[in-house]
Amino acid sequence: MAENEITFEPDDRYNAFLTVCNRVSHGKGKLAGITVAVKDNISTKNIETTCASKILKGYVPPYDAHVVELIKKEGAAIVGKTNLDEFGMGTTTENSAFGPTLNPCDTTRVPGGSSGGSAAAIASGMVRMALGTDTGGSIRCPSAFCGIVGLKPTYGRVSRYGLIAYANSLEQIGPMARTVSDVSLLMQVIAGYDRRDSTSYNKPYTHTPKADIKGLKIGIPNEYFGEGVDPKVANVVKDALTQLEHLGATTVPCSIPSMEYALAAYYVICTSEASSNLARFDGVRYGPAADTKKSWHDSYQEVRRAGFGTEVRRRIMLGTFALSSGYYGKYYAKAQIARENVRKDFARIFSEVDVIVGPTMPTIAFKLGEKSDPLSMYLADILTVPVNLAGIPAISLPCGKVAGMPVGIQIMGKPFDDERVIDVAFAYEQAVK
Amino acid sequence: MVTEKDVEHIAELADIDIDKDELVTFTHQFNAILEYFDVLDRVHGKDAITRDLSNVMREDQVEPSLPQEEVLRNAAAQEDGFIKAPRVM
Amino acid sequence: MMTNKEIIVGLEVHCQLNTKSKLFCGCSTDYRSDNPNTHVCPVCLGLPGAMPVLNKKAIEYTIRVAKALNCTVIKESEFSRKNYFYPDLDKAYQITQYDKPLAEKGELEIESDEGREKRVSITRVHVEEDPGRLVHMGNPERGRYSLVDYNRAGIPLIEIVTDPDMRSPKEARKFLNKLRATLEYLGVFDSEKEGSLRVDANISIKGSERVEVKNITSYKGVEKALTFEVTRQKNLLRRGLKVDRETRHFVEARGITQSARSKEQEHDYRYFPEPDLRPLHVQSWVDAIPLPELPDARRSRFMTQYACSINHARTLTGELRIANFYEKVVAPDPANLNSIAATWVADILIGELNYRNMSVDSIDAKSFTELLQLLKKGIITDKNGVELLRIMLDQQLNKQPCETPQAIVTRLNLAKTASDSNALSKIIYDVISENPKAVEDYKNGKNGALNFLVGQAMKKTRGRSDPGELNRMIVEKLKNREE
Repeated sequence: MAENEITFEPDDRYNAFLTVCNRVSHGKGKLAGITVAVKDNISTKNIETTCASKILKGYVPPYDAHVVELIKKEGAAIVGKTNLDEFGMGTTTENSAFGPTLNPCDTTRVPGGSSGGSAAAIASGMVRMALGTDTGGSIRCPSAFCGIVGLKPTYGRVSRYGLIAYANSLEQIGPMARTVSDVSLLMQVIAGYDRRDSTSYNKPYTHTPKADIKGLKIGIPNEYFGEGVDPKVANVVKDALTQLEHLGATTVPCSIPSMEYALAAYYVICTSEASSNLARFDGVRYGPAADTKKSWHDSYQEVRRAGFGTEVRRRIMLGTFALSSGYYGKYYAKAQIARENVRKDFARIFSEVDVIVGPTMPTIAFKLGEKSDPLSMYLADILTVPVNLAGIPAISLPCGKVAGMPVGIQIMGKPFDDERVIDVAFAYEQAVK
Repeated sequence: MVTEKDVEHIAELADIDIDKDELVTFTHQFNAILEYFDVLDRVHGKDAITRDLSNVMREDQVEPSLPQEEVLRNAAAQEDGFIKAPRVM
Repeated sequence: MMTNKEIIVGLEVHCQLNTKSKLFCGCSTDYRSDNPNTHVCPVCLGLPGAMPVLNKKAIEYTIRVAKALNCTVIKESEFSRKNYFYPDLDKAYQITQYDKPLAEKGELEIESDEGREKRVSITRVHVEEDPGRLVHMGNPERGRYSLVDYNRAGIPLIEIVTDPDMRSPKEARKFLNKLRATLEYLGVFDSEKEGSLRVDANISIKGSERVEVKNITSYKGVEKALTFEVTRQKNLLRRGLKVDRETRHFVEARGITQSARSKEQEHDYRYFPEPDLRPLHVQSWVDAIPLPELPDARRSRFMTQYACSINHARTLTGELRIANFYEKVVAPDPANLNSIAATWVADILIGELNYRNMSVDSIDAKSFTELLQLLKKGIITDKNGVELLRIMLDQQLNKQPCETPQAIVTRLNLAKTASDSNALSKIIYDVISENPKAVEDYKNGKNGALNFLVGQAMKKTRGRSDPGELNRMIVEKLKNREE
């Protein structure tokens, strides 16, 4: 492999990066020499991978995540690891053990989360592309808040091997960039079957975006424009929908009744899975040293107390509660049924429309520190989590501004119809260019 | 309604050490969150998860393991190739 | 009165399946002679981001077992996480099966204490992963800690749970022996591998609370632990006390059970379906997976094909290796060897092997056949046959060069002294003339005297003569002298 080297010395005033690689060699391929940032919950061989948690400080994976292998093979220059809410648990990138990332559009505001570092690195022009992960909106939310493009692929289309799990049944790795074409290009490289991920499908993505959407049927769910959604944000998205109609699409109103409980179901499932996933951080095999003079139990508690931030501990406890005997039926089991109902709602709507469109987030980016109460923070995810529960693809791209801050439009597609989602986004992007 | 005693029990189950201040805050927050979760009581339907993938398996073939130094590289304490851990009990 | 109360025993048996690679990754399962932490990868070390991929062979093996135990393979089964925190559990959860096991509702036939055929019901059969191994170090003064080796982490285990159908520790042992034989015949398990079996037993006296005894790691241990428990529980009841419902650990070295701490007893494992694995729909595999000959069938065949007695047939087929060895030994000349081989394998060889803690694999079937042929042809006596076998086993055990039976016979001059040889006549002549008192006693009708004379003659031939033969010759000689 012919090796080239690039130098990367960004002015990271937004705290987008947790690790910067100053000299990077790269090979040839579809991504030859393109600077790509990788969210720091994706394992990179010989590069520290922390999940923005003290509990993984100093952890150097001995292996590459599948997606990292793939982008390296296509010549990408991996220039650094980006900041996130600890283990992906957050909507602002304020929950990082290594300080918050700032929004390049307005540094008094959050970039959104949890892939806030990746979004800020792109929005500020430090890199051309980045990998993010999306458990309940973690690619789409920061894309919307920072004014870039981010795709959450269909569940199973991109291997999760090497992604440090927060909520396995919900999350996907996805591409982020300034343009739909770049998102599509990165998706070409990372999608496809991986035998090391048992939930992986053999559905490669070889698509090139097409701007023709004549005859497209768009579902407009009333829940995405109703209570809790900033009317100014809703209006910007409605204008964008008018634009799509000019391009030949037709819109039909629809409803997702299961959204009444989708957010609750989402938080029950993600905290349950997280409570199990995060139990392995005991300071024995990796991470900060366990005190071997203490008893196992005392040392385990101590490592977790010192290593996990408040939000992580809160979610571990919530999930433990939801799975505990006596409550499993009330929470976890009910959440699974709710999830199935969300899936059915989408399937029903998709039998009549090609895509569903609404705002990505109910508001523009919050001020730093604005959301201090956990429940109000959770509620901000209301428009993104249904997609994760249903496992369908969704993209967020900029569609205008409110108070000088970007607003994202969210285009949701049928399972494995990521191509169509990309095309609709591309058509809009080309039209407003 | 969860009480501080309930939250203490959950902390114990989860092996999460919390102090008195946190106990008060967490109890307060959990009550708000769990009250919100009560919406799930209105969920009806059968738990028939549609998972189209099944029987995902690999052949019984041996593949290389990691070199021992790679295995031990991230472990804070080692002894003779073993990883050192606090003693149970 | 209490002592007559019925004993109720149920077992949970965990056996390592002998696949080549681990249950969820490609690491080799052949770790026993290797350094710690050399058979691990991101998956079985529980590194963040690694994901399990199920070994198909482990599922095939489990279905084989389910089929042999007449279980129903469930239409949809799945894996769940059992959450608990322990340093040898790399992911802080064990991937196991919970409410959707692979198979359920089967049975295994054993011989009851009364010698009748008895069916033990199988509740369920499922697959799970083994945790790593802990070595406890240090002392109270210098501090205690543990050393962890993850080589064992991820080895496939099959768990077989029985209904509480056994009525004595001995029946539990018999069940275990039969189960072991069945698993070995199926080719899915190797009982000779250290630590390949672990048993938890539930035991109660009818009408009292149930006690779970954990941590039994040997076949003998099961009977020992349960016998201890029966005595302990009966003593409590006899004294008017009650048996607590609890978990106890078996301490093999001391042959006792000890109460586990109360903390351990209130586990809430928070099971939920493993999101990184997909469900199994393998009911349709059952027909396509062939079953080999199982112990009961082989026992019947040994009785018809080799004319073995029921007891010999049971012993010979009770372990796969012994059964295979027997058939290899008789193969060169079944008609002549089947009977002598049955006696020598079942009644002599097994005991000699157990005494030395050796596997039957360490003895060459051809050499054993040669030994039997030497016996059959009357070249050596039974007594020297045993001697010869011991020498052969000891050479093997001490890793000395192994001689053929014939070579040993020649070197140690173990061949039988021919009855018509002058040497033997001379010996008998000597014995008679050296022991006039015994001769006199014999003539006076004291039978013990003849035994004494035969013994003296045996001594002089260094065991190379047949005692019956000597007896006959001495009687003849003395009779001749009278006339």
